Amino acid sequence: MSDAVPILKIGTTLLVSIQVDLQDDTALQLQEDVAERITRTGARGVIIDISGLEIVDSFIGRMLASVAAVSRVLDARTVVVGMRPAVAITMVELGLSLGGVRTALDVERGLALLAPEHESAEDVLLAAAEREAR
Amino acid sequence: MTTAPVATATATERLEVRADSDVVRVRQLVRAVAQKARLSLVDQTKLVTAASELARNTLVYGGGGDVEVELVTDGRRSGVRAVFSDEGPGIADLDLALTDGWTSGSGLGLGLSGSRRLVEQFSIDTAPGAGTRVEIATWSR
Amino acid sequence: MPAVAPETLAQTLVDHAPTVRAAWLDAAADELRGRTTRGELEREQTDIYDALVDGLRAGGTEVSAEAFDQLRGILADVSAARARLGFTPRETAVGMFALKEGLYALAGSPDAMAGLVPLLRLVDDLGLFTFETFASAREAIISEQAEQLLELSTPVVKLWEGIVAVPLVGTLDSARTQVVMEKLLNTLVETGSTQAIIDITGVPAVDTQVAQHLLKTVVAARLMGAECTISGIRPQIAQTIVALGIEFGDIRTRATLADALVDALREGRRSPAGVTA
Repeated sequence: MSDAVPILKIGTTLLVSIQVDLQDDTALQLQEDVAERITRTGARGVIIDISGLEIVDSFIGRMLASVAAVSRVLDARTVVVGMRPAVAITMVELGLSLGGVRTALDVERGLALLAPEHESAEDVLLAAAEREAR
Repeated sequence: MTTAPVATATATERLEVRADSDVVRVRQLVRAVAQKARLSLVDQTKLVTAASELARNTLVYGGGGDVEVELVTDGRRSGVRAVFSDEGPGIADLDLALTDGWTSGSGLGLGLSGSRRLVEQFSIDTAPGAGTRVEIATWSR
Repeated sequence: MPAVAPETLAQTLVDHAPTVRAAWLDAAADELRGRTTRGELEREQTDIYDALVDGLRAGGTEVSAEAFDQLRGILADVSAARARLGFTPRETAVGMFALKEGLYALAGSPDAMAGLVPLLRLVDDLGLFTFETFASAREAIISEQAEQLLELSTPVVKLWEGIVAVPLVGTLDSARTQVVMEKLLNTLVETGSTQAIIDITGVPAVDTQVAQHLLKTVVAARLMGAECTISGIRPQIAQTIVALGIEFGDIRTRATLADALVDALREGRRSPAGVTA
């Protein structure tokens, strides 16, 4: 059994950094863990950093797409960041897509991509209160 | 280059595929041999990805089996050859199995058809009840 | 005719070294006049002759024998060097075949007669080996040059902060399009660019395969978080694309590189971070 992939929370975003060659059962575990963490923390965004992955085969590709789909249902947006060029070329040749998931070159850009929608509940309430007051 | 290179193997390594962790081990072995054969990074990635798909097929559909990986050379170029064999139920309709998107299980149906596109040489030998044997090879440029 | 022991052949070569070597050198120098100096040729022939004698002493009968490893190494080096220096195949092979002239000079010596035929046969094989290594060295040079040319003909340039472009000129084949694809994607990572432009103004024609490669590049770039525009599509190419039924789908195409640049700048300002794959 390999180690589970760590999930970090930065503000309202979850950062999943995959640094090791993923075994299928670990990938499935990760899928469940992310969903669980979104509901527990109320995260609005998920960044999956795959810059450490040397390959993305159909199994891992499907895992990435399902994390995005499940997150969407839980009202969080997913960005897959850091895919290596050789991995991207191979995925295209294999015929794999990520099913409309957002992508970015690196974690920094991924965070920027999620930023505009990063309003906390307080922000929304305060803004509403301000409008009310005016 | 029109003729397939005549290959002579210089070293063969064999791995059993019985569990998820074995699929990872196959990927690592193929990667190591691909580096020895001096494949380009993209060719390495394609080959390892194909090996990953095929090893998973061996495990999931073949009920386990084994993989043989070897460094081959034709005198001028070097390459990697991998053979995936199982004694599972075999494939009844090969043409169908090689079609994108078709799957008998719960996968995406890209394993066989997709991995064929990722390697230079691909051959498959199967019959219902007689297991499946897939051989792939990629050569350095 | 009983086979002559390799050691005997070696002895023959040693005993008659001065005669054989002199005739060999003369014959080779005659052929290669102006290409190489006599001194250089003599040095080279000494190495080959010594290795040949050593190989025979070690029991070698066939050129492919382990005993001749060193000899084959020397011959391969000589052939490769000649290929690089632009020697013709004849000029390369003659260096070895000229040794036969040296052996013919032994025709009058009774003690050497028995070894003459096997030695001549061996020299023939060595000559062929020389020729073979020369050919493969030439092949290696050609493919090396083709690769360099490919690299040179596909420059990826940074047009602006966050925008890279690759202007393609000349006929695109699958191999070249693949090189472009890899280079462009690598540059995206190296420069942290989120916009890429492939300009095909200088491309006379596009077939289905090349169009497929271009499409794959765009899709791969999106997987990495970058958007890719194809610019400079000539009217004929646009017509071919439609006639071939190639689906460009939601891929951004622009008439000119300038249009593509303006759009990339605009797009870069609107969403600087990433794309939807």
